[in-house]
Amino acid sequence: MIRLSIQARQALARLTLPVLIVASFGMMLLGKADSLLVERARIALADGLTPIYAALATPLGAVRGELQEIAALWDMREENARLRAENEKLRRWQSIALALDAENQRLKASLHWIPDPAVSFVTARVVADAGGVYARAVLLAVGPNHLIRKGEIAVDERGLIGRITDVGDRTARVLLITDLNSRVPVMLETSRAHAILVGTNGDRPRLLYWPQGITPQEGERVVTTAEANAFPPNLPVGTVHYTANGTPEIEPAAMLQKLELVRIFDYGGTGVAPLEPPDRPTPGRH
Amino acid sequence: MAAVDQRPGIRPRPTLGRRLDIAARCSFPATVTILLMLLTQAPWNIPGQAALLPAVTLCCVWFWSLFRPAAMPPPIIFLIGALTDLLGYLPLGAATLTLLATHGLALAMRRSLSQRGFAWIWLVFAGVASAAALLMWLLTMLLTVRLLPPAPLAFVAVLAVSLFPLLTVPFAAAHRTIANPDRA
Repeated sequence: MIRLSIQARQALARLTLPVLIVASFGMMLLGKADSLLVERARIALADGLTPIYAALATPLGAVRGELQEIAALWDMREENARLRAENEKLRRWQSIALALDAENQRLKASLHWIPDPAVSFVTARVVADAGGVYARAVLLAVGPNHLIRKGEIAVDERGLIGRITDVGDRTARVLLITDLNSRVPVMLETSRAHAILVGTNGDRPRLLYWPQGITPQEGERVVTTAEANAFPPNLPVGTVHYTANGTPEIEPAAMLQKLELVRIFDYGGTGVAPLEPPDRPTPGRH
Repeated sequence: MAAVDQRPGIRPRPTLGRRLDIAARCSFPATVTILLMLLTQAPWNIPGQAALLPAVTLCCVWFWSLFRPAAMPPPIIFLIGALTDLLGYLPLGAATLTLLATHGLALAMRRSLSQRGFAWIWLVFAGVASAAALLMWLLTMLLTVRLLPPAPLAFVAVLAVSLFPLLTVPFAAAHRTIANPDRA
């Protein structure tokens, strides 16, 4: 070790903080210059931590489940009554849906309709929030030999939640439709008008760019369109809801606040997702 | 840190066990900070969980920079900041610069604050945490070239200020006992 005088050592110790502050500015520049490097560092970190979080998720989920169970015991009577009424209503809807489905099949048969190709999907557990304070995203734990690629569509049991933006060896990051950077081409279901769903980092993304002469109706269902080949058509996204100052927003159909299991569909869409860098090996896909 | 002790006095022979003990005590603050940071990212499913990471990190850096700066030197702060940036999906450097600035402020205020009680330290931290959250928000906007809503910034500051007393109790106990190299 180099021997330094006390004065020199003190001067060095005092210099560390300013030097590191300059270094942090340098790091900002580096982050701006090579964003791919930063993304890889993040995904590598997530890959390392995900097994721990995945192991933690089961006991934590059990505790949460127990707490919910206790809360549910309290208002079981009202819940039962509400469910009975809802069941009644749903039964009526079911008969309508079955009739419509049968009619649809008949019509398609008489039209010689080319059936949509069956899509493959995998299901993954949400292990962590991956958005930080200023973004909305979640991290999925996927096996080491997964076949997930950037740009695939993530859906929960009720509707669209977002798109895969980063893929690591054991993890995948889903950018939610509520994120500030999220843009989803959508269609208003009754008027068949196209629009764009724009995330705001809030709970409800906003609806923009619908055609002139059409007003989105309160409560109207909104689905994805196949425009730009980024999304498959007719995935449920949510319903239109007007704010107090008259801006149409979308109440997402998916339960974005408490995501646990997510299905990832490979529709083979190539529209918006950027291509993977050539030097990044994708495990298991040859 | 545990290199050459040049203070006068008689002390036990620096055996391997003793040196390990001192090293463990010196690295306690940084280790606990990093563990707490990782813990905030666990799947708790608490609403607003994302704000926990910057808030907890700010509390830890402020406390240990005030009470044991030798165990929280600038290089460690730099490392913790980079980890916050990566874990918290902030633009690289935003939290690093903020935490280094917090550390610098704590060092500058150390002498005057050490004579006051906890209420003063907490009050000053309220100001520091608000300024730090504001700086992080401004840097994030600057580096992502986007206007961001200010609500998360306020939430981070409020969360940091309200978590500080909760973290201070175990930290202060550790500061006197298991993190104290003089008791090795």
